[in-house]
Amino acid sequence: MSESPPILALKDVCKAFGAVRALQDVSLELWGGEIHALAGENGAGKSTLVKTLAGVHRPDEGQVLLDGRPVEFHGPGDAQQAGVAVIYQEPTLFPDLSVAENIFMGRQPRSKFGRIDRGALRAETAKLFERLGVALDPDRPARGLSIADQQIVEIAKAISRDARVLIMDEPTAALSGNEVARLFTVARTLQDQGCALLFISHRLEEIFDLCQRVTTLRDGRYISTELLDGLTADDLVQRMVGRELDTLYPKQETTIGAPVLKVSRLTREGVFTDVSFEVRSGEIVALAGLVGAGRSEVARAIFGIDRYDAGSVEVGTVELSGGSPTTAMSAGLALVPEDRRQQGLVMEGSIERNIGLTQLRSLRRGPVISRKVERDRAADWAIRLQLKYGRLSDVVGVLSGGNQQKVVLAKWLSTEPSVLIIDEPTRGIDVGTKSEVHRLLSELAGQGLAVLMISSDLPEVLGMADRVLVMHEGRLTAEIPRDEATEETVMAAATGQTRQEDVSGRASSGQRSAGSEATEVTKEDGALGAREPRSRQRAQGGRA
Amino acid sequence: MAPEAPAKASAVRPRVEAPRPLTRFVRWDVIVTALLIVVFLGGAFGTSDFATSDNLSFALDDLSEIALIALPMTLLVVAAEVDLSVASILGLCSALFGALWDAGWAIQMIIPFILVVGVVAGLINGLLVTRLGLPSLAVTIGTMTLYRGLAYVVLGTKAVAEFPQNYADLATKTVPGTPIPYPFALFILLAIVTAIVLHATGLGRSLFAIGAQEEAAFFAGIRVKRIKLLLFVVSGLVSAFAGAVYTLRYGSARADNGLGLELAVIASVLLGGVDFDGGKGTLGGVIAGVLLIGLLRNLLMLRDVATEIQSIVTGLLLIVSVLTPRIAALVRQARRHPRGATPSASS
Repeated sequence: MSESPPILALKDVCKAFGAVRALQDVSLELWGGEIHALAGENGAGKSTLVKTLAGVHRPDEGQVLLDGRPVEFHGPGDAQQAGVAVIYQEPTLFPDLSVAENIFMGRQPRSKFGRIDRGALRAETAKLFERLGVALDPDRPARGLSIADQQIVEIAKAISRDARVLIMDEPTAALSGNEVARLFTVARTLQDQGCALLFISHRLEEIFDLCQRVTTLRDGRYISTELLDGLTADDLVQRMVGRELDTLYPKQETTIGAPVLKVSRLTREGVFTDVSFEVRSGEIVALAGLVGAGRSEVARAIFGIDRYDAGSVEVGTVELSGGSPTTAMSAGLALVPEDRRQQGLVMEGSIERNIGLTQLRSLRRGPVISRKVERDRAADWAIRLQLKYGRLSDVVGVLSGGNQQKVVLAKWLSTEPSVLIIDEPTRGIDVGTKSEVHRLLSELAGQGLAVLMISSDLPEVLGMADRVLVMHEGRLTAEIPRDEATEETVMAAATGQTRQEDVSGRASSGQRSAGSEATEVTKEDGALGAREPRSRQRAQGGRA
Repeated sequence: MAPEAPAKASAVRPRVEAPRPLTRFVRWDVIVTALLIVVFLGGAFGTSDFATSDNLSFALDDLSEIALIALPMTLLVVAAEVDLSVASILGLCSALFGALWDAGWAIQMIIPFILVVGVVAGLINGLLVTRLGLPSLAVTIGTMTLYRGLAYVVLGTKAVAEFPQNYADLATKTVPGTPIPYPFALFILLAIVTAIVLHATGLGRSLFAIGAQEEAAFFAGIRVKRIKLLLFVVSGLVSAFAGAVYTLRYGSARADNGLGLELAVIASVLLGGVDFDGGKGTLGGVIAGVLLIGLLRNLLMLRDVATEIQSIVTGLLLIVSVLTPRIAALVRQARRHPRGATPSASS
């Protein structure tokens, strides 16, 4: 490793946007045959670093080194030419073209008369997939591919261009356990073939699972580069936030009261069936399961976003009529949705208006809205939730992900709900804010709020929940009390094994590899998962 | 823990220097208002008959229908919807006005009746958009043709005239002591109400939220469909009323009354700085836009410019008003980012 220089490196790079110093004296070395992790909170400069490597930004100071020689990328094209490829969280493929056409876009193999040689196109693509060890049909259109498959296509595209450096910017945020395992297998295959990989993820367990070394950034500054071997998650968190987090999951002991939310036999045909449960005041109930198990859909139905075909929802003593978020709200429900940018916030609206949007009625003085009340209320919540902002009239779009989530929380908590449904409370949020959100949820439960928390983050589920409900393919498959909830019991139920079979079925079943979402997944597990016929998670709705 | 926290806060703060949306619109309002003054002064010095009290009240009266309909249209466009059938509802109601007058109805019966027709026409638009989830652009192109067709069914190609003088006076005379015609005075009143609704009520807040991010508005418990339905109904109602004004002002009920008026309405709304994609705009801007279009039309008419040229001018204004904010945004962006690139030094 030491004889030849790193394939791609940054040396003492500085980059400023106006007054904001996004990167200061940052160095990074990417070696062939190694998977390197980049860790840091939101706003630590990770994206700027990626964009510098990808030729989008040029450093104000310092150098980009390719094979030890300084280079200047004048645009993303130059970086691509040099063999640097970036896989983003949500790839953009041409939906109506086939997978193969997407991969060879603009460089299609030609036959006589300049026509596209479909045979060669297909064969080349099949060869790429074989090299990556995945089973995808080169002829199927890109439309309807899951995000995971789309990423594989992007990786194949990068390989077909002889990329030697592959940068993966939070590729796993929207993937299920199986899909993460397959992505990791592909990444390791490329590593074995001598590529240099840079991996970014908020899930620390993934970093430990996949990578060999880690570089940490904080507030645009380089903190450290070190081997992951011998490092603990706590060490890494401390480097990222620069202080010890009090405890990662500050669960308060609470007195649990009477049932507030009663869901019985709720059914939406083809989506979920016969879902019954209760959430009591002061209780945090987690709804766990794989992506696509129908958890968010249950939440949407309870809150009235979607209609349901059978069953009932009761809040306190009121039975909801269904199909109306407005009545659900007045009964005391609040829903913090999964998709902040589309559902949680009006991105071009100001902070104060977003917070006020859920209680327009109570902002009135006479027939008109009082700006003072609107602003005061927003300011109160901003202080309570320690929101970091410039002015309340700033658009929420300029805030970091964690602060945006705080605005969503403020918006809903200000309705003084008796039940809070929160879907993926900390997705895409940096570690510091994450524990703030956890502490807040715990506090709220302590004050008697009933919390239903949907989460794909197993440590979060185990750390926060008084009770864990698990869904599998549209049905509730298990209800596990806090002291019995472990990664094994939850994952077994999430993958459709009954709890009795759990212990014996564990070793033999390939499905177990879905547990890669959990902390401990060995390499064997990941490889096993990738060889299994992949259960195609449907693309999470054609949101694009 | 303590020493790190303040440093971090200060690192986050400077990021928040994005353009204030509010100041941006104030700026756009100012541009349109400035343009309005320029056109007015240009007219006053360049065209002798322009700056007279008679001509100005005529110009305002001539603007009545466009101005009135521009109010509900502003609400619709802010909520990212549009109603292209307004001029056809106006025509249909004008035709009904004539037919019923011919049939011997009293005016005080005819006006409530056509207002109901306007409400029904708006309800049809609204139900098609909210219940069937069709895009309003497509729906109202359809009903635009439909309602105009119905107008011809009602009255054919004939014209009905000779309405009672006292009603005709209401549509053309000015409020005593002012150069403001009655219909325009009503517009001023309604404009104040609309401004309050749009900028200071929960309904207004909801409209902006719907226009900017409909899904988020729905998730926040806003009754999106009900509000949209209401907007289309109001749009139909106001268009029907404008039909009565139009008929009495010209003293002539015809099926082709107000043909093409919807474009002038939408032009003045967009010229007033309302984003066609919804979520942005002010009523002040729209009022300036309406007046600008009105003055231009009046000036062109005084100078005997052919109607073809008049519509070319309206069209150009429309395009300019849609393009300018986008270009301004691009310029802003280009100005914000070059410092990050600093290419000149290295290459």
